[in-house]
Amino acid sequence: MTTIENHDYDVLIIGAGGAGLRAAIEAKQQGLRVGIITKSLLGKAHTVMAEGGMAAAMGNVYPEDNWQVHFRDTMRGGKYLNNYRMAELHAKEAPERVLELEQWGALFDRTKDGKILQRDFGGHRYARLAHVGDRTGLELIRTLQQKVVSMGVDVFMECKVLQLLKDANGAVSGVAAYWRANGEFVTFSAKAVILATGGAGKSWKFTSNSWEGTGDGHAMALWAGSELIDMECIQFHPTGMVWPMSVRGLLVTEGVRGDGGVLRNSLGERFMFNYVAPMFRAETAETEEEADKWYDDHSAGRRPPELLPRDEVARAINAEVKAGRGSPHGGVFLDIASRRSAEFIRRRLPSMYHQFMELAGVDITREPMEIGPTCHYIMGGVKVDADTAATKTPGLFAAGEVAAGLHGANRLGGNSLSDLIVFGKRAGEGAVNYIKDGGGSGKFAQSDVDSAIAEALAPFERTEGENPYDIQRDLQEMMQANVGIIRTGSELEFAISELDKLTKRVHNIKVKGGRAYNPGWNLATDLPAMITVSKCVAVGALSRKESRGGHTRDDFPASVAELGTVNFTHTSTDGKWDSTFEVEPQPILTITPELKALLEEAK
Amino acid sequence: MTSVSETKVQLGGTRGGPDVATLRQDRWWIQPVVTVSILTAFIIYSTWAAFQNKNYYVGVQMHRDLISPFYSPCLASDCVAGSKAGFALSGWTLSPALLILIFPLGFRLTCYYYRRSYYRAFWWSPPACAVADAHSSYSGETRFPLIMQNIHRYFFYAGLVFNALLTYDAIRAFHQPGIGFGVTVGTIVLTVNAGLLWAYSLSCHACRHLCGGQVKSFKAHPIRYRFWKILTPLNAKHMNFAWSSLIFVAFTDVYVRLVASGAWTDFRLF
Amino acid sequence: MSDITMRVWRGDAEGGDFETYTIERNEGEVVLDVIHRIQATEAPDLACRWNCKAGKCGSCAVEVNGKPRLMCMTRMDTLPEGPVTVTPMKTFPIIRDLVTDVSFNYAQAEKVPALLPPPMPADGYRIYQEDVERAQEFRKCIECFMCQDVCHVIRDHEDNKQHYAGPRFFIRYAELEMHPLDTNDRRDLVREDMGLGYCNITKCCTEVCPEHIKITDNAIIPLKERVVDAHYDPVAWLGRKIRRKTKTSAAEAAVQPAP
Repeated sequence: MTTIENHDYDVLIIGAGGAGLRAAIEAKQQGLRVGIITKSLLGKAHTVMAEGGMAAAMGNVYPEDNWQVHFRDTMRGGKYLNNYRMAELHAKEAPERVLELEQWGALFDRTKDGKILQRDFGGHRYARLAHVGDRTGLELIRTLQQKVVSMGVDVFMECKVLQLLKDANGAVSGVAAYWRANGEFVTFSAKAVILATGGAGKSWKFTSNSWEGTGDGHAMALWAGSELIDMECIQFHPTGMVWPMSVRGLLVTEGVRGDGGVLRNSLGERFMFNYVAPMFRAETAETEEEADKWYDDHSAGRRPPELLPRDEVARAINAEVKAGRGSPHGGVFLDIASRRSAEFIRRRLPSMYHQFMELAGVDITREPMEIGPTCHYIMGGVKVDADTAATKTPGLFAAGEVAAGLHGANRLGGNSLSDLIVFGKRAGEGAVNYIKDGGGSGKFAQSDVDSAIAEALAPFERTEGENPYDIQRDLQEMMQANVGIIRTGSELEFAISELDKLTKRVHNIKVKGGRAYNPGWNLATDLPAMITVSKCVAVGALSRKESRGGHTRDDFPASVAELGTVNFTHTSTDGKWDSTFEVEPQPILTITPELKALLEEAK
Repeated sequence: MTSVSETKVQLGGTRGGPDVATLRQDRWWIQPVVTVSILTAFIIYSTWAAFQNKNYYVGVQMHRDLISPFYSPCLASDCVAGSKAGFALSGWTLSPALLILIFPLGFRLTCYYYRRSYYRAFWWSPPACAVADAHSSYSGETRFPLIMQNIHRYFFYAGLVFNALLTYDAIRAFHQPGIGFGVTVGTIVLTVNAGLLWAYSLSCHACRHLCGGQVKSFKAHPIRYRFWKILTPLNAKHMNFAWSSLIFVAFTDVYVRLVASGAWTDFRLF
Repeated sequence: MSDITMRVWRGDAEGGDFETYTIERNEGEVVLDVIHRIQATEAPDLACRWNCKAGKCGSCAVEVNGKPRLMCMTRMDTLPEGPVTVTPMKTFPIIRDLVTDVSFNYAQAEKVPALLPPPMPADGYRIYQEDVERAQEFRKCIECFMCQDVCHVIRDHEDNKQHYAGPRFFIRYAELEMHPLDTNDRRDLVREDMGLGYCNITKCCTEVCPEHIKITDNAIIPLKERVVDAHYDPVAWLGRKIRRKTKTSAAEAAVQPAP
């Protein structure tokens, strides 16, 4: 075996989104040698997609806002499945983290007296989202990116990590990876590794995630011996575009329904009237005439059923599609064109109108939209210690979407960006302290590298085999149909058996072409992680026999108090991606009496 | 002086795509062709007009006071009666237009908008976006003579003086010798010409910078901020003003020339 | 509907050629959708860069029919009839197919001296909306590098890459010059080391910017005017001497540690 290129660091960070960059700044400031690896180019991470803002109780708009209220909002939004300590730290530290960004060049929108302007968002009691128009995520990543570059942190771009490497004591000590540009393998040795790999939404057909959201960090942590929790808790948006292709995954704001948009099936029926659950009957209109009166005068009629809570709407859409009354591309129709004048639509929904016009040539003033439940964010992930972001595996830390706990069963809008900077910093600190306390060797066995390489190269060796794109498509369709926004036991069991079949098919992939910048090969190396994550989601969803936050079971529609005190925890016994994983309920962290009192106060 | 990062830029490497000047299939050459046509026509006409040294003033015999913008202020010692500015350069016997055209010409030559146009249309550097530069080496505006483009703001100042003079000419034209106040087509032409020249000058990039753009904090300079806010949308229309004022200034000269030569009568409206 | 013909550049540093793909036309597709369909069927190894597919990350910049475009923002039905040509960005060395080595831009980013703000008061800075707006326009930049690609200074003159930062970084310098918290003076730097004078304001950068940033009018020309203030305007120079106003130069600032 020829020796391969190796780079040695104190702290190695996988992922160059908000959390990874913030962790790098922290570790570098403390004088360590820091390297960042990213699958894409620097500054392209999914963080740029965040629009709304970052939540921080600075009290610039409402002075009565404070960390206690933010903590309470976060816990309530997460249906109390949260790691309370993370929610506490997040609420306390977010303001400081946001102010820090200003010193590094971020330019937020301002209040009249020159402070950072904060905007309202769902689930937050006060206006608390620091923002820059609708491109806050871009501002965050650019600020951190420019800071990282000015500090001289080494960033390795378009480098795909295959596997975490461990030393003889079982501590994470590096990674095996390859350069996308030329397909050559490379290793990185490090005393500590921070996972900041983001989400895992690419396993669904309708998703707002890019190709990167394959759950690499989730999977690698699990294989390395860490625990995954709350994997069943995934945020879906009920109305994401499913067609045309060019806008698939774009979310359609609820405002379209609030302004008169209605949902229709392929027969043209306004089907939501058939799905009004008993508990909403009193406040929901029974006829179209009654519902239509409501838009002009909220006191003249009861609310239209299109404006029922998100999960009710999603369940109805799901049921229509499954009954064969869906649109041609697997969704239903959201129609505002036939109900409101073109002028009204352009005035009330300007950005929606322009977005669809520009990107897809779809004129929402003339034709209905094809929409369906769309995967957006995964609350579950690697179980970490709140204060240090340490995982169960020594030397391995995690922050951002890949880590679990802060958001519980459901994430509030605006809490994800502040999550990145608060726990990105803590992960950096955690890694630094781990190293200062003598942790980490940076040594790994060459045989582990060799086996990772052999596995990565296997798809080239086969003479016959499947196109990885076919497997990815089948995985996405299967997960969308069976592990989507509304789940039932029988479908989840079916999904688990299908995942076993897909696992076998991955063993039979044949990649065409060479190793240099080959997207087919890259996909082949992503699939083990995608399948690992999908398995954990399906198994977790089957285990949690209740509905809570981002997890809705049709066969168990209510929340169960006892299940609100446990996380379903996934572990790997042999570290292999293609074996089955263990799952067991573990009690959530017990909240301190003071904080518990704070929650009781609000109830 | 520099202590910026010494990061090396790697040169060379194979570029992708076929080795052709452009892959554009649209009619990218239309814009340069139009630019060359209009500017060439203007240059030919204005040169001819400048060397005419006659028919630039409609005076008291016709009960008018109309002077061509090419000849105002008329500084030569042999300017026709009535057209003379307050003083004259004794001994200058060439066309008075040659004395003054240098300033508007310099203003337009160093104008950021015209630079864009003639670098593209005449110098082909580049002829259009994503169409290969016609030159093998390129130093931009870093050396003489093109480094002189940096004096644009002085031509801007000079332009303001000319605008004031042409405005004065336009106002004077409303008093028709022997008749009194009145509006003729000629007065309107002169007024519109002065207006367009003001619009062109005030929408200038240097003007926008000097009036407000150069300050660091708008909060600390509220008045300059207001100027800047007014000039910014004007600046966005600098191209429109550049062309309209150019064409109209030539038209004004044509008009005065036609009336002065007797080929055309300046109609009185009221 | 009729089929579409895509002429896609396939190749690497060793050379390449157009490959023609004929594929069914679907309603409402953008170029990136078509490339993805080619990848998923005929050519799984067709290299292209993309991430967000919503015009927010700037990864999928290529040249469509000879002009720099984001593939995710270019609708097929806006292109003229006939074959659609897709080539990699010309200004940067090719890696493979539609993917280019854009490290030139990251090298330029490393040269930018960091923001140097005054110490922060305990409850944060006071900055006003009118002062953040100018610089915010430049922070919309998604770093697709199409302005760098189209800029003839480096597109047609490789040697200029040594001393020319390019439009993307001129808006960065303009942003810092107009940043309400920055105390650096980068005018010498942009004139001497970043090659501002090479720009002949032919405005192609503005034409291709997917974020509609007025690169030339709002960044490059104001920077040129600032350089005039510092170097070519004796009146301004005299004014400064009289008022004894000096700012930290970027050269000094670069050696000072940022907070």
